Amino acid sequence: MMNSNTIKILIVTIAAAVLVLVFSSAYMVDETEQVVITQFGRIVGEPVKEPGLKFKTPFIQTANYFPKNLLEWDGDPGQVPTKDKTYIWVDTFARWKISDPVLYFQTVKDEFAALKRLDDIIDPAMRNLITSYPLVETVRNTDRAMDTFDVANDDENKNRSVRYQVDLGRDEITRRIVAQSRTKLEGFGIELVYMKIKRVNYIDSVRRSVYDRMIAERNQIAEKFRAEGKGEASNIRGEKEKELQKIKSEAYRTAQETKGHADAKATQIYADAYGVDPDFYAFQKTMEVYKKSLSKDSSLILSTDSDLMKYMKGVGN
Amino acid sequence: MNWDWEKLRDNQQKYEKKQGGSGPGMPRPPQMDELLNKFKGFQFPGVFLVGLILIALYFGSSTFFTVDRNEVGVIQRFGKYNRLAQPGLNFKLPSGIERVTKVNVKTPETEEFGFNTYGSSDKYRSSAATPRQESSLMLTGDLNVAVIPWIVQYRRSDPRAFLFNVKNVKSLLRSMSESSMRTVVGDRSINEVISSREEIALAAKEMLQKEMDNSKAGISIVNIEMKKTNVPEPVQASFNEVNQAIQEKEQTIYKAREEYNKAVPLARGEAKRLILDAEGYAIDRVNRAQGDATKFKAVYDAYAQAKEVTKKRMYLEAMLEVIPNLGSKYIIDSDQKNLLPFLNMGTNGSNLVSPDNLLRKGE
Repeated sequence: MMNSNTIKILIVTIAAAVLVLVFSSAYMVDETEQVVITQFGRIVGEPVKEPGLKFKTPFIQTANYFPKNLLEWDGDPGQVPTKDKTYIWVDTFARWKISDPVLYFQTVKDEFAALKRLDDIIDPAMRNLITSYPLVETVRNTDRAMDTFDVANDDENKNRSVRYQVDLGRDEITRRIVAQSRTKLEGFGIELVYMKIKRVNYIDSVRRSVYDRMIAERNQIAEKFRAEGKGEASNIRGEKEKELQKIKSEAYRTAQETKGHADAKATQIYADAYGVDPDFYAFQKTMEVYKKSLSKDSSLILSTDSDLMKYMKGVGN
Repeated sequence: MNWDWEKLRDNQQKYEKKQGGSGPGMPRPPQMDELLNKFKGFQFPGVFLVGLILIALYFGSSTFFTVDRNEVGVIQRFGKYNRLAQPGLNFKLPSGIERVTKVNVKTPETEEFGFNTYGSSDKYRSSAATPRQESSLMLTGDLNVAVIPWIVQYRRSDPRAFLFNVKNVKSLLRSMSESSMRTVVGDRSINEVISSREEIALAAKEMLQKEMDNSKAGISIVNIEMKKTNVPEPVQASFNEVNQAIQEKEQTIYKAREEYNKAVPLARGEAKRLILDAEGYAIDRVNRAQGDATKFKAVYDAYAQAKEVTKKRMYLEAMLEVIPNLGSKYIIDSDQKNLLPFLNMGTNGSNLVSPDNLLRKGE
């Protein structure tokens, strides 16, 4: 009786021991995690980066979990002066990952400390670069041509477009910030994947003066439009006058030409017709003139020598 | 569970020892307290069974699960990605071995920037948009300030990437949206920002999608919609003035065009009339000439056949026509000289007496 009881107890004890052993030696690694195994605080072997069920020496080894996925960093918005002495708020963010968990475990240990390091390294790099360049380099990314309404006064326009031209652009500036920070962060087992500028804004006092400038600029543009309107209207009026003159003179010319041609043609016709016997024409026309021009008011003195009166003195001669 | 089971075991053993080791637990002496015995006999298998059932239920219930129509289940075995579960009833190994996370991959979600939809239940929005206007104030490429509110609609297109690659995807999406939108706006003038919203939304969408792909966040951007873009309140009046000036400009030009359109077609009409007049004159002139010519020719043809006679006839006919209509007529003998003094040319001359050979016809 005692024996069978003892066996039962033994079985239970062994089972429990095996369970405890299994539970203290097996551990799970999630897709988003990686593990550094330590033995009495000392790192043992390679870090475990593959997810799944893993085993370690029970009791004496500890699994230290670290995230493997992309981690957040959100910079505190800070006031930064640019090279052209404009004060702006710059808000940045970054994403990073633990590239070397062993180094990370040795140097920073936890995410809180890591974020502090990121603050300490990215922020100065950001300030350094943004301060070294005019504001437009941080705002613009490319030299893309913009429609700024400024088509008039060429000189001013040229200056303005130069003002908005960039050598680096935002991408290049952030790239340099990342490049500066990245090497420093490598020592902590941290890979800075990217850093980006979330917001750039004028500080309040600057903003007010910018608003004033915007207003002045708009007023000038408005005036320009009005002047353009008037100029264009004058142009149209001039065009109108010109058109009228042209129409009238052309019509006159055409009319005169037409008349002239007709006259010429008529003359030609007359010449052709009358040319056959100019004498007869003269005779006939003279007769016509007599008919038309002589009337009651006219007196006529005829000599008997005339053809008409020659018979007055007798038929004989 | 284990612990309960062992405790039960312990209790049982204690109980058996109390019985004085008279044998194995099952056949108990009948002289024991009947009630207690019955109670124990009942309780022991009862509790055991309940425990077993509970364990079975626990494992059993964790072996099946349903996935909603717009979801996908991501199954991990010991933390490692194993497979995807499609909508419907699915099975897996009990919890502790396999774990399922359901991700909605169909329904687009919306993030708002620069304004708050009232009654929105999303905690993120209010916290990330502090102060509210701040996220919509942007610098344009010509260093002006614009107010641009917008929304981003996205979908979790790759559940595996969404779950495993990025911590706090939503926060990444928000930051990246702001960054992308500002980069796009930063390359455009204030005019373009106000007038070409569609184009900006498209460019921002493209950029944001690229960035999310770079981060392997498993997010697909469905749409970026720009709300009303504007300039900050203090400068709005001056921008309106520009619009007004544009209107004025157009109006002035239209007015001038109107004058033009009024005058020019009229002048064209008049010109046409002038030309037509001239053409009329030309036709008239030529026709007359031709008529005259034809007439002359006809007369001439007749004349040519008997020149002397015709000429005489024509002369006489003309005279016949002319002379009766004349006022005073004087006929002077060709021998008579110094005639002129007789004539009083100025007067009617009707009472003038001419010498004997002067013919006088009735008036």
